[in-house]
Amino acid sequence: MSIETNSQETSLEYAKRATRETAKRLARFFSIRLVLQIITIIIGVYITILVANMGGYVDTILKASILEEVNLEVSAMVTEKDIPREMREQMVRDLVAERETLAGLDQPFIQRSFRHLWNGLTLNFGRARFMVSDHGSRMVRNIILERLPATLLLMGTSQLLLFFVTLSIALAVSRHYGSLWDKLIVALSPTSSIPPWFYGIFLILVFAAWLKILPFSGMVDAPPPPTKWLYFLNVLKHLILPAGSLFVSSFFISTYSWRTFFLIYSSEDYVDMAKAKGLSDRAIERRYILRPTLPSIITSFALLMVGIWTGATLTETIFNWPGLGTTIYTAISKYDTAVIVGTTIIQAYLLGITVFFLDFLYAIVDPRVKLGGGK
Amino acid sequence: MKKFKDTFQDIVRYPSAVVGLLIVLALIVFSIYTMITIPYKEAIHLWKGTEAVVYKNPRNARPTWVNWFRKDKLPVSVDVYAGEDEDFTKEVTPRKKGGNQIEFNYEFDYNYNQLPQDIFIYFKSNYVDKNPFVVINMTTPAGEEIKIYDGGISRATNVRFGQEEKLLTRLVRLHGRDTETQDQLRSVIEGLFTKMGSYPPVVDKGTYTINVKATTFEEGSDVEAELVMHGTVFGLFGTDHMRRDLKVAIMWGAPIALAFGLTAALGTALISMFIAALGTWFGGWLDELIQRITEVNMVIPYLSILIMVGTFYSRSIWVLLLVTILLNIFSGAIKSRRAIFLQVRESTYIEAAKAYGASDYRIIIRYMIPRVIPMIIPGLVSAVPAYVFLEASLAILGLGDPTVPTWGKIINDARTNGALYQGMFYWILEPAVFLMITGLGFAMLGFALDRIFNPRLRGM
Repeated sequence: MSIETNSQETSLEYAKRATRETAKRLARFFSIRLVLQIITIIIGVYITILVANMGGYVDTILKASILEEVNLEVSAMVTEKDIPREMREQMVRDLVAERETLAGLDQPFIQRSFRHLWNGLTLNFGRARFMVSDHGSRMVRNIILERLPATLLLMGTSQLLLFFVTLSIALAVSRHYGSLWDKLIVALSPTSSIPPWFYGIFLILVFAAWLKILPFSGMVDAPPPPTKWLYFLNVLKHLILPAGSLFVSSFFISTYSWRTFFLIYSSEDYVDMAKAKGLSDRAIERRYILRPTLPSIITSFALLMVGIWTGATLTETIFNWPGLGTTIYTAISKYDTAVIVGTTIIQAYLLGITVFFLDFLYAIVDPRVKLGGGK
Repeated sequence: MKKFKDTFQDIVRYPSAVVGLLIVLALIVFSIYTMITIPYKEAIHLWKGTEAVVYKNPRNARPTWVNWFRKDKLPVSVDVYAGEDEDFTKEVTPRKKGGNQIEFNYEFDYNYNQLPQDIFIYFKSNYVDKNPFVVINMTTPAGEEIKIYDGGISRATNVRFGQEEKLLTRLVRLHGRDTETQDQLRSVIEGLFTKMGSYPPVVDKGTYTINVKATTFEEGSDVEAELVMHGTVFGLFGTDHMRRDLKVAIMWGAPIALAFGLTAALGTALISMFIAALGTWFGGWLDELIQRITEVNMVIPYLSILIMVGTFYSRSIWVLLLVTILLNIFSGAIKSRRAIFLQVRESTYIEAAKAYGASDYRIIIRYMIPRVIPMIIPGLVSAVPAYVFLEASLAILGLGDPTVPTWGKIINDARTNGALYQGMFYWILEPAVFLMITGLGFAMLGFALDRIFNPRLRGM
């Protein structure tokens, strides 16, 4: 009796110690990963800036915004007084020269590029030349932040739906290996080589141009519906086609690869053993197929999150969905360089952060990191 | 050779692989045919769409074959040379005072419910001092003779019926519409091809005659005439908003898509394989560096960088191809290749090679890379569609090479000119179908190859 209590205590203590050590190791692992990832993001953003700057574009953006600022200030200063034109121009010139020196535009390129890097990392993208946010701001940051929710809505809906639907269908199909549905999924998987925007064109053609039951493009009718509830329904209606094209485009390949993945795992000996024991299908699935594949499932979920930031430029453009993708498209057509550079940097940023979380998640579900790895 | 034969026999066992292979081969044949029949320079010239190139083409015309599926046929475009084509006769009678009296006659049946876009006669004449004089008349099925034009012509004159202002006034009088209750005559063509006084306008079906009397005033002075009628269908593929024949871009889209897709896929796969081999063989800082570069590259938003290059530097399709390859070398694929090479490096035959004193270079090129090539082939083939569509994507974003005719450019033109809203589906569907077939062909072949080369997937 006493011996048992004793051993229970030790095992409890052992568990506690193990947890403490795991936590310590995890902390060390993450601080290293964090530092590495920050460096990676910085380098990524720096390369982005270099690419944007080779044509001197970042400098042009800066100069343009300085000139605009100074012009505004000077015209505000002189409205009430009668100052000759030459004097005013002289004032502008002096102020611009002063500000440019202050902004470091007279410094060598290397020094300037680090200043741009800092501006980029602090999301200080300057002013847009032509584009204006819906609230009337010309700050690139505001334009981008305003568009981000639309991208999140579209990508979030379609990708989450895709993830859970394909996962459950794949699980069902892998149980009936060789059935008609299974063969159909295998046969149709090459259709996923066609990108979502391409399906988008077809969906618009069928549902908007031909059947006329869904809107061509946009996120909400103009004018928008009066009540919140109707507004929500209206957005939902506009969401069907773009989200649908993103969904259709990846559906078969995603189902196919999950199904193959599950098939490989369900041909393991321990699954046969469980079957021989007479366990129910559901129990086998939960304990012997899903559990060992969990790390991979979570990794792919995280990778999907990475895709959310960059995946939809074209689909958004085709559907005129007011997200980041359409912003880039508009910026290209208007040659608004500040917005293009800003969007690219913010994407690099978000990608870097997501990749870090991917590492984090992976480390948590990977048993090698979790327990006993130190010993 | 035997291995190759085995692989081929494996391929034949998968129906999707056979279909994919056939599509790829058909595309290659089609591309070669295109390059022979329309040389690159000529294609670019045709795609510029100058008036001299497109004058025969109607605007936004559907392909001719849509008439096969329609009860209500659409007017077909006509292009006839006087004297050369049977229906367009040319008769020359010498005049006493020198010069000739030349008479052209063109008789045609018009049985469509819709109006043609325009009719014009393109005159060419040679003379020294005194230019020829022409009178054009047109007789409607109802027997009404309408004067279209009279006046002198220069060495090259184009008489567009639709742009004759005086004719429009005459036709307005002839039709005599009550403008208080009825719409005024909209165009010369409507005036010529609808029944006089009919409202709403009804096309006058039947036989029309166009008669041209040309008088030349010098010895040896001659007039040639070409009559063009712009219908609303044209050719095998139709035309776009700039009246360019879509045939050029549809045909040239194939070799360009293949060149872009294959070069990008092949270039990326080979270079990344080589780099992965170097990294794993030498290890140490090189391997570390490659991995770090890959991580940085994963953070860089690939499409946005391409967009910046397209906007700031060059829209040339070949520059973008190069950047695509560069950005894709250090992708996730390099990691999986590294894993394979790490296994290969430990094989006994590599040890044997080391033992006999093979150089690093020899081991990598002769022993490591050949071992991995079969494993990368399926991925390579499957990657082609992604690059083919990438080129189209850039075109959709307005970053397509302005001079080169591609499928993506057609889709972009169609989209920005409202093809979807106005029901000009042929304009989008034609390039789309070609893109889709190309993508599916490579994808099907790649998928089957994956199952052939990847024994674990074989039974699945």
